[in-house]
Amino acid sequence: MASTLRTIRVSSKLFRHLLPNASTTVAVRNATSFSYVPDTPPPEHGETTRMNLFQSVTNALDIALSKDPSAVIFGEDVAFGGVFRCTVGLKDKYGKERVFNSPLSEQGIVAFGIGLAAAGSTAIAEIQFADYIFPAFDQIRNEAAMFRYRTGNLFDVGGLTIRAPCGAVGHGALYHSQMPEAFFGHMPGIKVVIPRGPVQAKGLLMGCIQDPNPCIFFEPKILYRAAIEQVPTGDYSIPLSEAEVVLEGSDMTLIGWGTQVHVLREVATMAQEKLNISCELIDLRTILPWDIDTVCKSVVKTGKVLISHEAPITMGFASEIAATVQSECFLNLEAPIQRVCGYDTPFACAFEPFYMPDKWRCFEAVKKLLSY
Amino acid sequence: MAFSRSLRILPFLKNINREQLFSVARTFHTQSVLSSQNITFEEKPEFPGSKSHYVHKLEYIQPELLEGIPVYRVMGRDGKIVDETQDPKLDKDTVIKMYKDMTLLNTMDRVLYESQRQGRISFYMTNYGEEGTHIGSAAALDPRDLVFGQYREAGVLMWRGFTLDQFMNQCYGNAGDVGKGRQMPVHYGSRDLNFITISSPLATQMPQAAGAAYAFKLKKNDLCVMCYFGEGAASEGDAHAAFNFAAVLDCPIIFFCRNNGYAISTPTKDQYKGDGIASRGAGYGMLTVRVDGNDAFAVYNATKTAREMAISQSRPVLIEAMTYRIGHHSTSDDSSAYRSVDEVSYWDKQDNPISRLRNYMVSQGYWNDDIEKEWKLESRKKVMNSFAAAENRKKPNPEELFHDVYEEMVPHIRRQMQEMKHHVLQYKEHYPLEHHEKMS
Repeated sequence: MASTLRTIRVSSKLFRHLLPNASTTVAVRNATSFSYVPDTPPPEHGETTRMNLFQSVTNALDIALSKDPSAVIFGEDVAFGGVFRCTVGLKDKYGKERVFNSPLSEQGIVAFGIGLAAAGSTAIAEIQFADYIFPAFDQIRNEAAMFRYRTGNLFDVGGLTIRAPCGAVGHGALYHSQMPEAFFGHMPGIKVVIPRGPVQAKGLLMGCIQDPNPCIFFEPKILYRAAIEQVPTGDYSIPLSEAEVVLEGSDMTLIGWGTQVHVLREVATMAQEKLNISCELIDLRTILPWDIDTVCKSVVKTGKVLISHEAPITMGFASEIAATVQSECFLNLEAPIQRVCGYDTPFACAFEPFYMPDKWRCFEAVKKLLSY
Repeated sequence: MAFSRSLRILPFLKNINREQLFSVARTFHTQSVLSSQNITFEEKPEFPGSKSHYVHKLEYIQPELLEGIPVYRVMGRDGKIVDETQDPKLDKDTVIKMYKDMTLLNTMDRVLYESQRQGRISFYMTNYGEEGTHIGSAAALDPRDLVFGQYREAGVLMWRGFTLDQFMNQCYGNAGDVGKGRQMPVHYGSRDLNFITISSPLATQMPQAAGAAYAFKLKKNDLCVMCYFGEGAASEGDAHAAFNFAAVLDCPIIFFCRNNGYAISTPTKDQYKGDGIASRGAGYGMLTVRVDGNDAFAVYNATKTAREMAISQSRPVLIEAMTYRIGHHSTSDDSSAYRSVDEVSYWDKQDNPISRLRNYMVSQGYWNDDIEKEWKLESRKKVMNSFAAAENRKKPNPEELFHDVYEEMVPHIRRQMQEMKHHVLQYKEHYPLEHHEKMS
């Protein structure tokens, strides 16, 4: 837990090209580092086995395909197992008509999924990197999000789930690092979900697949191999739109999602050790529709808030949370809401350590909140 | 390992034919292995990306030297069948229904176009000149085939039994509209009639339709998906995605392009350089045909065979129906700003799908001037009755603004609905509450 240097194994097709020696173990630099603390799965979900995040995603997809004969998985390079190994073995198990490669076209992939869902199938589409979801923006915003509404509920595409790897990975630069959740947070009709580890990933992905609304599921790719824990092997799901209080505390509230939850957990430990501050840590989990009640209840108790995300600060989702908290908890706030986020620049390769909202930047914000 | 196995089978090569030889030869890694055994054959390209042969002279394909894809037609402008083998031999009732639906649509278009001019509805788009493409194709489909349209395919709904009341209610956005008054006029849809609700963004329905067709293939329901679009929409990236996905993933779908010469003001010469839309079909590996869109029988025949091929071979078929947009693009457009009145009048008077089918019917003894006159009166009366009823219906409860965003009403949207109701009741004199059904 004290380690500041985390190692992850990267063997995706893409990163073989990016890195000269990527099939071996590589070190991730300080700024992207975090200590992964395994989740303890609730005992009611039964038997568990050790999985990393990509394995828990595969496990969820496996269960979804076995339960629902109409379910199909498609996207670029999913048939051989996916560039991040999330669909390994599924084509052999369920057949090439249910797990198949699509042509290389993101607008085509999402639209194809919309059509499948409109015809009553369960469509699980993969966009290879969240950075490449933008060609499908029109289909998501104008079509998927509005399908039920504009048809007067005659038709819907609730059977659609879009999965996409997201977030910083140490060396992904402009187009293999993005966190685009805020763009989708502005789209009534879509649900946007981001897990922080394998147990969460499986449960929330099952939640998305079963949800009667189109969902986007962003998987923090740095956790695919780095996050390992005991995951229930059975069929379970975690409800959407429910934040989780990961650590209880009384002096301030820290809010994050995805990998940033782990950064904030370390910040909470530092705050306790160095400043004798008790932090409450909230994993938002669902960006839209987000859990206003859990967040505000915490802020009413602590009176101070820090929100942190990797995406750029201006119009990032922290803005929405800050504005809502300010309006709902005005009398309880004892200091200005702190946002520690990415800078308003593209995500630059060589400068990732300086860009990231790392634990030191978050720790400094904690001190500000404390001394206000 | 593959290499040594191949060497062992070399002595048998002399006894197999050339095609087999090529497939065996692929397992060799060098030409020298073959030449050392005195085996020669013509080289063929082995690139994974295409199947063809080598040429040894540099030659570019010049599309302008290719002859345009011909236009299939069944009857002449006088309504006479040109080649008897192509006569679909539809029974009298079917032909009369085709004609009545085309003309009823035409009458409805006139009334609603005028009503927009008078400010009674906000927007309208007519179907003038393209009635034959709608009715001819719809008649060849199974009513359970799923239709994805653009916006100028109201005749397909008319054929399937969408009522005049339903058309009018949608255009008025009143409480009778199954779409709950949320979309602009002419954005029709019907679950019962398997017609996916229209949306404004062009071509988005095309790759969606391919996905729906894939779902049909997995269901093995022996149905196909029909997808309509204009030649302008075919320039969108989604059209490219749709053609490619449908072909690669073997989807039972008919892509039906209405090539009416214009996308709003843009003539086809500013839209594309190739031989229309049909010439793109082969590039994607699709079965393709071009038809006379003003010949309802040609459209019918093409759609009927397309449907059979799409389902039996599980592959997409492209139909390009050549036609002409006689009306303005929409009520927000004055087309005399970019094309001549003479040009429009030629198509209206000389080559119109309605008059052509009428000529056929008259020649068969199915129709005459008296019946025509009577039908005109009757259809106009029907349209006016529905029109008046739709105009008098209230608009939906304003709470419908908030429903169906998600399947369930999520808490923050419910809060916003309460805020709206609270606000509107407080300031009720400033809101058109009397035109809407009462809030709860």
